[in-house]
Amino acid sequence: MDQFLANFSLLLEFPVVNLKIIIDGVMIGALFALSAYGLALVWGVMNVKNLAQGDFVIAGGYVAWALSKQGIHPLLGVPAAFVVLWIVGWIIYKLIITRVIERDLFTSLLATFGIAIIIAQVLNLLFGSDTQSIALKYKTLYFMDGFIDIPIAKLLGVLMASALAAGVVLFMKFSRMGQAIRATAQDARAARVLGINTEKVYAFTFSLNAAICGAAGAIVVMVWVIQPFYGITHSIRSFVIVTAAGLGNLPGVIAAGLGIGALEQYGAHIFGIGYQQAVAVLLLLLVLLIRLMQQKRVRKSLQ
Amino acid sequence: MTHIIEVEGVSKAYGGVIANSNITMGVEAGGITGLIGPNGSGKTTLFNSIVGYHPIDSGSIRFDGREISRNSVQDIARMGLIRTFQQTRIYGKMNCVQNMLISLPHRKMSFLDSFSRNSSEDYEKADRLLEFVGLYEKRFLTGGSLSFGQQKLLEFAMALMNEPTALLLDEPTAGINPTLINGLIDRLKRANHEFGITLFVIEHNMRVIMNLASKIYCLAHGELLAEGRPDEIQKDQRVIDAYLGVH
Amino acid sequence: MKTKRLVFYAALLAFTVLAPYLLPDFKTQLATLWLMIIVAITWDMTGGQMGYNSLGNIFFYGTGMYVAAVVTIAIPFDVGDYTNAFSDRIYEFTDTQYFVGTLVGTLAAGVFCALSALVIGYITFGLRGPYFAIGTLGVAIAAGELVSNWEWVGGGQGISLPVFPYDLELGKQFFYFLFAGTGVAAFAFAKWLYSTRFGAAINAIRDDEEKAEAMGIHTMRYKLTAWSLSAFFVGIAGGISAFQLIHFEPLETAYQTINLGIFMVVCVLLGGKGTLWGPVVGAIVFHLFKEVTWNYFLGWQWVALGTLIVVTVVYFRDGIMGWLMHTRPEWFGIRIESKQGEAPS
Repeated sequence: MDQFLANFSLLLEFPVVNLKIIIDGVMIGALFALSAYGLALVWGVMNVKNLAQGDFVIAGGYVAWALSKQGIHPLLGVPAAFVVLWIVGWIIYKLIITRVIERDLFTSLLATFGIAIIIAQVLNLLFGSDTQSIALKYKTLYFMDGFIDIPIAKLLGVLMASALAAGVVLFMKFSRMGQAIRATAQDARAARVLGINTEKVYAFTFSLNAAICGAAGAIVVMVWVIQPFYGITHSIRSFVIVTAAGLGNLPGVIAAGLGIGALEQYGAHIFGIGYQQAVAVLLLLLVLLIRLMQQKRVRKSLQ
Repeated sequence: MTHIIEVEGVSKAYGGVIANSNITMGVEAGGITGLIGPNGSGKTTLFNSIVGYHPIDSGSIRFDGREISRNSVQDIARMGLIRTFQQTRIYGKMNCVQNMLISLPHRKMSFLDSFSRNSSEDYEKADRLLEFVGLYEKRFLTGGSLSFGQQKLLEFAMALMNEPTALLLDEPTAGINPTLINGLIDRLKRANHEFGITLFVIEHNMRVIMNLASKIYCLAHGELLAEGRPDEIQKDQRVIDAYLGVH
Repeated sequence: MKTKRLVFYAALLAFTVLAPYLLPDFKTQLATLWLMIIVAITWDMTGGQMGYNSLGNIFFYGTGMYVAAVVTIAIPFDVGDYTNAFSDRIYEFTDTQYFVGTLVGTLAAGVFCALSALVIGYITFGLRGPYFAIGTLGVAIAAGELVSNWEWVGGGQGISLPVFPYDLELGKQFFYFLFAGTGVAAFAFAKWLYSTRFGAAINAIRDDEEKAEAMGIHTMRYKLTAWSLSAFFVGIAGGISAFQLIHFEPLETAYQTINLGIFMVVCVLLGGKGTLWGPVVGAIVFHLFKEVTWNYFLGWQWVALGTLIVVTVVYFRDGIMGWLMHTRPEWFGIRIESKQGEAPS
């Protein structure tokens, strides 16, 4: 307890520490927002709550990591992970997801939980259970007499994440497929009546989601670490973000993603690194609780 | 003449849309009161406000002299104020008898009572009420396999099983075969005076409501447009205009 | 019909009692099977019968372990000293201390879990559908993470309990009968509960909670009671496991979210949700499958299990009992064909 208080008072004594924590958190949070955006997409369009979200991220990370072991530049790993996970997502959609869309939500939740277990275990068998990361040979920028350090690699990660997000948003807004996806999200039956092939839209959406996660994972492996069983925490973060922001609220997703990243860094600073997972999960419970109280005011439950 | 349900100055808006605005009305104890109005005039919203489905913006709702506008659906139901749904709600996977038994009035049981099995009187009561609405032959079919009209009858029987003081019926004849409507009017009237249940009925079918109710309120655009006896309402130019869309 | 059923139950009970003698090499596996049956039956109380699919019932298992262990240790010793002692200090339990600890500890575990279900349920039962599943999963994961940072109960190292004081084989039998007894009690309790008005009320909550509220059913009271009762049995099962395993740690053994936590759900889905026998049948089939894959699928057993989960959920949703009900409705007294009744007049 004293340790926690000491860590906390450190924040008050040296405001610059706050700045460092926030910058670190925001850089990681950008990646959280990316996979959360994918979750919101799948959730909104086909009403599937994908618990394998985080495992797509980790799988994408391993794709980039495996390629970099072959001497391919890590930055090329991002598009590679995008493509590989697109294919993985498409296969999973055709085999499993297409059969759970019309079912009750617990079915899709549990089916994707099963998928999460399979992905995590396959990664474990292929790559072992050590944590992995790719060290990029870029410089680190120092500010404020060295108090704030920003590795260029991380900055590059954030930039790529932003570029990817912008690309997806533009795609959703202007392409035919993007329009079809948004129409299906609003009313699948009406979209079908109007001649949109919703099955194709679903397959595309799910693959796109997996691909976004994969690319995010390829960035995660450069700026952070991955391990086969870290997926569930990423999934939970995505749920926290989407639950806090609501569906179809892109600015909200970005804000919540950056916020979660910063809060987790604060948690890690105050309570120590051992509490990192706990902080992520407690944030989930906190967000659920707040949403629950909001709903209670209008005598509704959270569903 | 006492009012068992008293609605006073109730307003309710969804976002910017005003569904009910400053509505005042009373439902006479032991009588049958009607609520009419064109589509979208706020009838179901008012019902939902009365049974506590959502909080109201302003005003007061009293049941049996007690303020209920801040109570939840369950609390209000346990005071003896029960509603049926416009889109009929029954337990689709249970058969009719089970649907009836689960509708026993929980307000009259202690919690320990719920750990006992249903008594033979409960079964008899269920059968009697199913007979009353004309579903006795179908009592072992699952609720979901009944036709829409039959489900409406089942829901009505379930409400009676609950022994309510007052019953709010949301369009009881919608979707019911026209040849059966007379029978249903007769049952509603019998429920009213044999069981002494106060009825408050939303209805679109003018013939039904004029036959049934002794007092009618008419809503239009979320406001109370007219009130009075059926013959008065029938002649009221404002009501006629509202239904013809002149308003 | 009635005697037939009595004979059936008597035969099952006899087999339960004789099993450890008939299959002496499988005592521990059989005990684990009973554990699976207990958690499956109790999961179905809220999941299948009430429609609240919890992914966090493992919380009660883990909490049960810790409560039982802490109570047992606290009777003769100081818990903080005990859990943080190094090999230089030996703690000896007398036989009486061991058995009193087992009895009091497991009962305390059950009671504590029942009470904690009331508290957690009061908050989480406002969540519906997938939010409830994720919220309860969050509770279980958070509990594991917090306990693994709590030094008083041994932190990430977990807790060691004394070994069964007599012969090893006798110990295996002892734990088999503890689990079997709890399992039989849980089954009998569920069978009775589903025949009462309580059972009907939780079924009504599953089928249409809003309607149940509109009819004046005390939904929150029923939900809390149902979860609390199932937590009681899971807590006891956790308590027994703590003694059986001798040593346990928070993340992999106690709050084992992706092992037992998900297995119990799969057992129920495999056997048939919302049926009395479904969880039992499902637990048996699942346990056999698990033992086979663990022995023959070297390394790939987890992948096989994940596949089983997906296949069960996607292709075999009604489970074994649901499938039987579909093909042999007369066994269950279900009438589907409507007699050409008169239209209501």
